[in-house]
Parts: sequence; structure tokens; C-alpha cells
Amino acid sequence: MLRPGVKDADQEALSGERRETHSGRDLAHFSDEALLALVSRSDEQALAELYDRYGRAAYGLALRILRDSALAEDAVQEAFMTVWRSAGSFLAERAKASTWILTLVHRRAVDLVRREERRRGEPLETVEPAGGEATDEEADLRARRRVVQAALRQLPDDQREALELAYYGGFTQSELAERLGQPLGTIKSRMFTGLRRLRDLLADSGLDIAPEL
Amino acid sequence: VSEPADIHEQAGAYVLDALDDVERRAFEAHLDRCTICKEELESLRSAAVSLAYAGSAPAPPTRLRERILESARNERLAEVIPLRRRLAVPSALTLAAVAACAAIALGIWASSLSGRLDHERSARQADAQALAIMSTPGARRIPLLGAKGSLVVTPDRDAALVVAGLPKSPSGKTYEAWVVRAGQPRPAGVFQGGGPRAIFALTLPVPRGSRVAVSEEPAGGSTTVPSKLLFASQTTA
Repeated sequence: MLRPGVKDADQEALSGERRETHSGRDLAHFSDEALLALVSRSDEQALAELYDRYGRAAYGLALRILRDSALAEDAVQEAFMTVWRSAGSFLAERAKASTWILTLVHRRAVDLVRREERRRGEPLETVEPAGGEATDEEADLRARRRVVQAALRQLPDDQREALELAYYGGFTQSELAERLGQPLGTIKSRMFTGLRRLRDLLADSGLDIAPEL
Repeated sequence: VSEPADIHEQAGAYVLDALDDVERRAFEAHLDRCTICKEELESLRSAAVSLAYAGSAPAPPTRLRERILESARNERLAEVIPLRRRLAVPSALTLAAVAACAAIALGIWASSLSGRLDHERSARQADAQALAIMSTPGARRIPLLGAKGSLVVTPDRDAALVVAGLPKSPSGKTYEAWVVRAGQPRPAGVFQGGGPRAIFALTLPVPRGSRVAVSEEPAGGSTTVPSKLLFASQTTA
């Protein structure tokens, strides 16, 4: 060979540009954090993989708050666009990616529901997704749902009510105080105490609700 | 500044997004200097986010995934060539553009006369040129945004595009490569794509700090600005 290495480079170039574009990668084995690092370098496939992991939970949450599929899609899209734009700066904070994504979706959905004056917060029908074979993702979501619902049932009614109205209804604490006919301070305590208790119950359940990176 | 005694409890409403704008700013100011709140905040946030899993999760419409990916791609492409630049063709250039189109039309006519064999020969030459670029020692590969593949740039700044899975351009259309520097696109040749891996040697060198974009154009290509951007390389070093 006159110039060893040339053929190899050629082969490599022809066979998939593995190093730069990772074509043919199996992203399913990447951690959320690794995916975010790729997203911060404008890797579209990594964004797609994050969507495949959290898009369903994100959409379910947005739909529950907004009760309108078009608005829910907007909220999810805007949240993922924020992920696309700010993955780099988020990585530096070393928090959980799933928590970040769902926090973005929640904030956006609450902004929209307040703007749209949509109301909101009536108890939600808990319809199981229609039959067929459950995918891994669905099975995982169902397991989480059971654990969270069981933990919620163990909260005192007034705390659970405050958490649900705030989180799914998009009510501010002042709106809640008015709606429930309670002093603002009472509402604040119910949310704070309720969340702490929920946190401890979930920790006891052992289910990794928001997986570590 | 005096704070209400129950300010720490605001952490609950804060992670539930149950504060209005004024309350949120006040709590964030408090958070900046309160280590107690800071320490507890992440665990409260995780608890709040767990509520996201308490409801049924119907599958999102399948179009949502594509919508998000397309909008992400478009946002990156918009950074390559500012929209303003793509839409505004300076009028002084219009005549030149018309003349150039006419010249290209003549070129097409001439090449159709020269026959199929020549065509194939020149296509093979272009392939050979691209392969030569790809096998040049020290050539660097720069990833593409919006397509699988890379831009290969030699130390002499000759460049070839290698794109996987690019379908053959629709009839009456062609792909056109552009060398973009400081948002200013210059046409760098047209090609048809197709096959498992499209390889195309650019007709212009690619200077440091520029990017290569690919657009879809009417047959013959455009000489002024790309009309529909499809994908682009990252900035070359």
C-alpha cells in the first residue's frame, strides 16, 4: 500500500460517518444526560430519542391541564424547543433531564391555561388508554401511575385537593384560597406539607419516579 | 427587606407553578439567599413532577413528533442564512440573475445535445473527484444538520458532500449546494442525489468559518439565493 490509512479513511467516510453523525447508533442505550449533550450539539436524533422517552408523559400532562389537544401539542412542542435551544446551559445545572422537561411542559401549559381562561381542575376521568398491547413505555407509565396514585390516596383530603387543583388546574394560590374559601396561609401550608409528604411516600415506595441521569 | 414568616412555605406553590408573576419573582429573590429552601427545592420539585405521572397518558398524535423535529431543524437552518437574506434579492442583481438563468438554460440545451454518454462520463468524473477529496490525507469531516452524512474538507479547502439516504430529486427539481459565509450564500453546484449515499464535489472551495447548505431548486438551480433549504453543515474550522 502506498498510503496506508487512505483506504481506511475512505472506507470510514463511505460507511457512515460514525464519529460525527452517529448514524446507525442505538440511542436507546444512551443516558438522558448523554442525549442532552448531543442535543446541545444540534443532534436531531437525540432530540427525537428524548421525545420518544418523555413525549407521552408530556402530552398527557399538557392535555390534562389544557383539555384541548391542539393547545396540548403547542405546549409540548414549545417545551421541547426550549430543550433544543438550552440543553447546553441546563446540563451545567446537573439536575434530572426528565424533571426539567416535565417542568417546562407544566409551566407552559399553566401559562396557556391562564391565558385561555380555560377552567379547569375538575376531577379528571382516569380512562385507561384503549386496549391493544401495551408497549414498554405504556407499561412503565402505568406502573408509575399506580404508585403515584397510591401515594396521593394516603394524603389528607385537603392537601391532595390543593395539590391537584394547583398542578392540574393551573390555579394560583390566591385563586385557590378564594375558590376553597380558606385563608391564603392555609393554602400555602397545605401545598407545602402535602408535597413534602408526597415526596416521603414516594421515597418509601421505592419506585424511581424521576429516574436519575 | 422584611419577608413574610411563611416565605419558606412558598417553595411548595413555587414548584407547583401556583404563584403569580410578582410572587414568583419575590420567591426567586428569596431563593437566591436561602440555603434552606435551595436544599429542599429539588426534592419538592421531583415530588411535584411525579404528579405528571398520576393521570392516564394517551398517545400524542404521531404528527407531533415530526412537527417538533421539523421545527428544530428549521430553527438551525434559519441560523445558516437569515430569512431576510433569502427573501430580499437586491434589484440591481435581478437583471444579472435573468441573464444567468438564460445562460444556464443554454447550458442545459448544449449539454442535452452533447449526449448521454458525455453526461455519464462527467458524472463519473465528478464522483472520482469527490472520492479523491474524501481520501485526501488530512481531510476533515464536518457533521450535517438535518441530514445524515458529512461535509469533507481537504486542507486545500476543496470539499465534497456525502449524504446518506437522500432521495433522487423530484422531476423538474435539483439539489443545489451553497457555500455560506457571514450569511452570504454562493452557489456551489447542483446534483441529483439518489442511491444509498449521494456524493457530490463542490464547485467552490469552502473557507474556514463558512458552512455549506443544500437547497431544493427548480431544474438548473438558482444563481442568487437558495429557495428551500433542506440541510446544512456545521461551521467549518
